[in-house]
Amino acid sequence: MKYDLIVIGAGPAGMAAAGTAARGGLRVALVDSAAQLGGQFHRQPPPELGGGNVRDDPTHERLGRDQSIEQAIQAPAPRRDFLRLRDRLTGVDLHLGCRVWAVEPSFAVHHDGGTLTGERLLIATGAHDRVVPFPGWDLPGVMTAGGAQALLKGNLVVAGRRIAVAGTGPFLLPVAAGLAAAGARVVGVFEAARQMGALARYPAKLAEGAGYAATLARYRVPYHRGQAVVAAHGADELAKVTVAKIDDGWRAIRTREIECDALAVGYGFVPQLDLPVQLGCATTRDSDGSAIVAVDDQMRTSITGVHAAGETTGVGGAELAELDGIIAGHSITGTPLPDGVRRRRERARAFARLLHEVFPVRDGWRDRLRADTIVCRCEEVPYQAICDAQALGAVDTRSLKLLARPGMGWCQGRMCGYAVARLAGEDPPPPRRPIAQPISLQNLAAYPLRSTNDDA
Amino acid sequence: MPDVVVIGAGVVGAACAYYAARAGLSVTVVDQGAVAGGTTGAGEGNVLVSDKEPGPELDLASLSAGLWSDLAAEVGGFEYEPKGGLVVAETPEVLTALTGLAAKQESSGVRAEVVTPEEYEPNIARGLAGGVYYPQDAQVQPMLAAARLLHASGAQIRTGVRVTGFTRSGDRITGVRTDEGDLPAGAVVNAAGTWAGDIAALAGLPLPVLPRRGFILVTEPLPEPLIHHKVYTAAYVTNVASEDEGLETSAVVEGTPSGPVLIGASRERVGYDRTVSYPVLARLAEQAVALFPALATRKVIRAYCGFRPYCPDHLPVIGPDPRAPGLYHATGHEGAGIGLAPATGLLISRVVTGYSGQPGRPIKSGANGRSGPAESGGQLDLDLFPFRPERFT
Ligand SMILES: Cc1cc2nc3c(=O)[nH]c(=O)nc-3n(C[C@H](O)[C@H](O)[C@H](O)COP(=O)(O)OP(=O)(O)OC[C@H]3O[C@@H](n4cnc5c(N)ncnc54)[C@H](O)[C@@H]3O)c2cc1C
Ligand SMILES: Cc1cc2nc3c(=O)[nH]c(=O)nc-3n(C[C@H](O)[C@H](O)[C@H](O)COP(=O)(O)OP(=O)(O)OC[C@H]3O[C@@H](n4cnc5c(N)ncnc54)[C@H](O)[C@@H]3O)c2cc1C
Repeated sequence: MKYDLIVIGAGPAGMAAAGTAARGGLRVALVDSAAQLGGQFHRQPPPELGGGNVRDDPTHERLGRDQSIEQAIQAPAPRRDFLRLRDRLTGVDLHLGCRVWAVEPSFAVHHDGGTLTGERLLIATGAHDRVVPFPGWDLPGVMTAGGAQALLKGNLVVAGRRIAVAGTGPFLLPVAAGLAAAGARVVGVFEAARQMGALARYPAKLAEGAGYAATLARYRVPYHRGQAVVAAHGADELAKVTVAKIDDGWRAIRTREIECDALAVGYGFVPQLDLPVQLGCATTRDSDGSAIVAVDDQMRTSITGVHAAGETTGVGGAELAELDGIIAGHSITGTPLPDGVRRRRERARAFARLLHEVFPVRDGWRDRLRADTIVCRCEEVPYQAICDAQALGAVDTRSLKLLARPGMGWCQGRMCGYAVARLAGEDPPPPRRPIAQPISLQNLAAYPLRSTNDDA
Repeated sequence: MPDVVVIGAGVVGAACAYYAARAGLSVTVVDQGAVAGGTTGAGEGNVLVSDKEPGPELDLASLSAGLWSDLAAEVGGFEYEPKGGLVVAETPEVLTALTGLAAKQESSGVRAEVVTPEEYEPNIARGLAGGVYYPQDAQVQPMLAAARLLHASGAQIRTGVRVTGFTRSGDRITGVRTDEGDLPAGAVVNAAGTWAGDIAALAGLPLPVLPRRGFILVTEPLPEPLIHHKVYTAAYVTNVASEDEGLETSAVVEGTPSGPVLIGASRERVGYDRTVSYPVLARLAEQAVALFPALATRKVIRAYCGFRPYCPDHLPVIGPDPRAPGLYHATGHEGAGIGLAPATGLLISRVVTGYSGQPGRPIKSGANGRSGPAESGGQLDLDLFPFRPERFT
């Protein structure tokens, strides 16, 4: 028997859509590679810790560092909005711990444990951290802001004792507040952006920000605007960072050094488009230049029967993702949308666009790369190799990859894709990953023979 | 005005540019995309003599295999590995066919040795009927090879420039039209790979070059080498020359200097359809595991496809086009364009500088009225007759 709907991704978007569709009477499957519901924002610790599990996403890699620096904390109570999303999933078949490596038209969803088939598909695979390289970023102790947050929420582990938080965007606030509240000494938040006045147009969001600011004040965490971490240092572990005042183009003006044993650095998020690109869904550009799935006001993609929701359609936070999911769910079941949903979504979307304006990523980081600065960690490609490939005639992201190998390794360019594209002078092209997640040769070989829910 | 304009910055165009420059010609290379962005960017890099029946293609391959080794010394930087190839037979019948082929190849100058597979590849599946080892088989990294040859040629390289037509004086080709203006040239080399037929059509000439799709699987990097040579089953030999429209697969498995194992190669005639065919990927995986059981638990992290440029008779097109003096073709190498590129480039440079299309028949002048260098007597390294462009009409 085929499912009426398969939802891939159990973050706020996927959970909201699956719940809405199930209440509309559809037989729904909800698939996620993580062992727990929730996605990024609502990440839960595993049951043995009192909740889920960090999926082994390469961007969450802990770089094999000395674990004594990390400290465990108690599981917090799940948030109310998570429980509400979860309780609406009654009747939905959960397929957790299932990494989807391919989706075929018609719709067969192949994951590492088998194949599911459905009449319709909703893709809500979220986003991953946007990584910008700088000298020393590959030292153990340096991690993405999302990675530090996932470690905290999913593993209940604090990434270090003295932690610097740097990058750009509102996400730095919950990360710094969470780490400080969990007992780390947060030596500072270094936010590249300077002008944030425009955000005052959204009082509710301002209040949320003020809440984090109060937490930071309580733990005496300084918040610096117009500053960036421009280098990380240490023999075999992070020992200190160089922080710089930067100008509007992100060139360093004045620097100082700060001791710390962990650095959480976040430059926003990149939508995860592997599966929609596999299906041939049309893509477009978000206002920050990211490739996103093109959807209409019903969250329908260009491919009949395929909807997309949440950060695959543009990064904008958990609330927007959930509203997208509700709209998609109602569109799929053909049921009327509750009052106010569309208006709230328009407002959340407008706020997301404003965030892109206020917290842009500027190309000035490129000036900080040294010949030996690693650009692609999986393949250990230094900046010099990128320059050499350019001298040999690599003019775009793809030819850089073909000549110097960035993006050919384990993470398939999720980590270095943004940087390599900007070094090539373009916005990252939509990712072409026919194998969205690594799969063993024996599982791939068994593909056509696998049992599916069709057989049941 | 350059002596030669080469259309296509793939491995074939790069080799043409390299040898033309070495012959003293000034060269401009134009490509609508990037260097090695066409089929060369999707190829595997096998330089094989083992998979060819005696005949003109094998002669070309033997010449080319030697040239790759020379280029590795002269130019370098493209991961040339003279690692040798091991062809295995699953059954006694196939082994008989394989050793029969090897004997014929040996009389054409190919070195081949009947061997016990596990002595060459300790991790190979047990129970195979036997194998033949070909020490001349080698490997290059095709994208780097193209880029390095172009760089070493000193040619002017114009990427992102599309050829849209030709300029002519009577029948004679006097240059190309591009979306960035006209480029006059003494000679034009059509090295546009699968798209070479479209280029020929711009000059009003039929040239049947068609795409044959192939997928490749790439594994995670292996910590220690599991596979030492290029290894494939003898079934591959029959697939290459097949007339069948449908899918054919036979795993060609090899390690690479950077760690991953490459598993190729399927062959299908489906036009330029890039839709991933998962049954094809599954078949490649199955065949690779059958050859090397230890691969079973290794992970595939990437897959990609490309389109081999093939002609109906499975021979490349190399040489001057008598229908349009000044135009030369270097295309249609199908699944062997990387291997065959240097010989193709060398031969093209020879005919452009005034060698005759056939050995022993020097002609007086080529592009720009230059005469062929005297020291080799104007004789071609091998007969271009089987590769002549007008053979399809
Ligand atoms: C690492 C990280 C941490 C974040 N932490 C926070 C935070 O603490 N606070 C905050 O406000 N915002 C956070 N964000 C931003 C967050 O992305 C959004 O707020 C929100 O979670 C987006 O919801 P979504 O439903 O679109 O996607 P997500 O919540 O990202 O959910 C997508 C889900 O899809 C699954 N998935 C993806 N690909 C596959 C596949 N191939 N097979 C199976 N499953 C797949 C993922 O496992 C994930 O559970 C974080 C983002 C990231 C990348
Ligand atoms: C899966 C697969 C595996 C393979 N494995 C091997 C192998 O192991 N060994 C081997 O020898 N061969 C192999 N091949 C075959 C080999 O890749 C090709 O034969 C070879 O790359 C062809 O090179 P080329 O330079 O002729 O064509 P291309 O590399 O395609 O170059 C042609 C160029 O012409 C340009 N062009 C086209 N039209 C225009 C225009 N109008 N204006 C300007 N530029 C234009 C294109 O942009 C392109 O860059 C394989 C092929 C595939 C698909």
